[in-house]
Amino acid sequence: MELTNENVLGKIISEFGEENIWDAYNPDGIMTFTTNRETIVNLITYLRDDKELQISFLTTMCGIHYPEQKGKELCVMYQLHSLRHNYRVRIKVFIPGSDPVMPTMTGVYATTNWMEREAFDFYGIIFKGHPNLTRILNIEEMEYHPMLKQYPLEDRTREDKIDTYFGR
Amino acid sequence: MSDSNQDIKMVDAPEGHSGAGFFATSFEKVIGLARKNSLWPLPFATSCCGIEYMATMGSHYDISRFGSERPSFSPRQADIMLVMGTIAKKMGPVVKQVYEQMAEPRWVVAVGACASSGGIFDTYSVLQGIDRIVPVDVYVPGCPPRPEQILDGLMRVQDLAANESLRRRNSPEYQALLASYNIK
Repeated sequence: MELTNENVLGKIISEFGEENIWDAYNPDGIMTFTTNRETIVNLITYLRDDKELQISFLTTMCGIHYPEQKGKELCVMYQLHSLRHNYRVRIKVFIPGSDPVMPTMTGVYATTNWMEREAFDFYGIIFKGHPNLTRILNIEEMEYHPMLKQYPLEDRTREDKIDTYFGR
Repeated sequence: MSDSNQDIKMVDAPEGHSGAGFFATSFEKVIGLARKNSLWPLPFATSCCGIEYMATMGSHYDISRFGSERPSFSPRQADIMLVMGTIAKKMGPVVKQVYEQMAEPRWVVAVGACASSGGIFDTYSVLQGIDRIVPVDVYVPGCPPRPEQILDGLMRVQDLAANESLRRRNSPEYQALLASYNIK
């Protein structure tokens, strides 16, 4: 079977139901759709194990922060690739910032171990069931998650950038 | 050429009293002279400034002329730590540990904008200047500084070493300085 966006989306919707798959569009030729926390692990396992699709390679996974979307501030994005068919797909899961919990994908793809640690490090997303959810890039003593857009990127202890020096 | 020694530069003797067969001066001056002309560097190079330092060690700029003949990558017998490059906050404890392992007397040079102030990397992950974790004697500006500037920084340290009192490291001011950095 030739993998096209319509075929794949039809297969996924028939498997998981319309209530769990929505907002499908092709922003750059790669089909992108949204699902929920309950479906995501089963969905990615299904894409990996289905004989016809064989979308069995997780190219990347990361967190995103949309501070202006109330109730859907955080997002976890998965990009998958079928090496057999050279077909790519992108899956997003939006979660509220007040409840940043996701199921871990480490049972499906071992590579997500470090990727989820990175998402936890920078966005504070808690992955339930992760074997070792600790910071991976920043220092352990850091008290905040620096990629959340509520924090200034600049170091606020510098005294050579105060307004006086810029005539403000 | 081989028998002409007009190109050879000799260090002048310190001021003192000389007579037939003897020369008398103070310990401080002799030890200062010896320290000044054998400052062994410990290059802590993390980025582009480290490459400039490699050029400084090469034959054209030849840091060996100043007695910095042996760049050591161990704190053993090192007198002067040259921190060259961006120090991330994760690297901070390592810099501090290397400094603590060096024996007195020890000097620190922050080479380049990153080591001196964080440079262009004004961000959550970069230490905004190594003077937050270790005391610094000489700052070398530039991004990156030319080898001449690194040599100039070394010569400033030579001035410090030549004129430093032997008791300076035991002075309460110096102990207070180290205590302010939680060293020892």
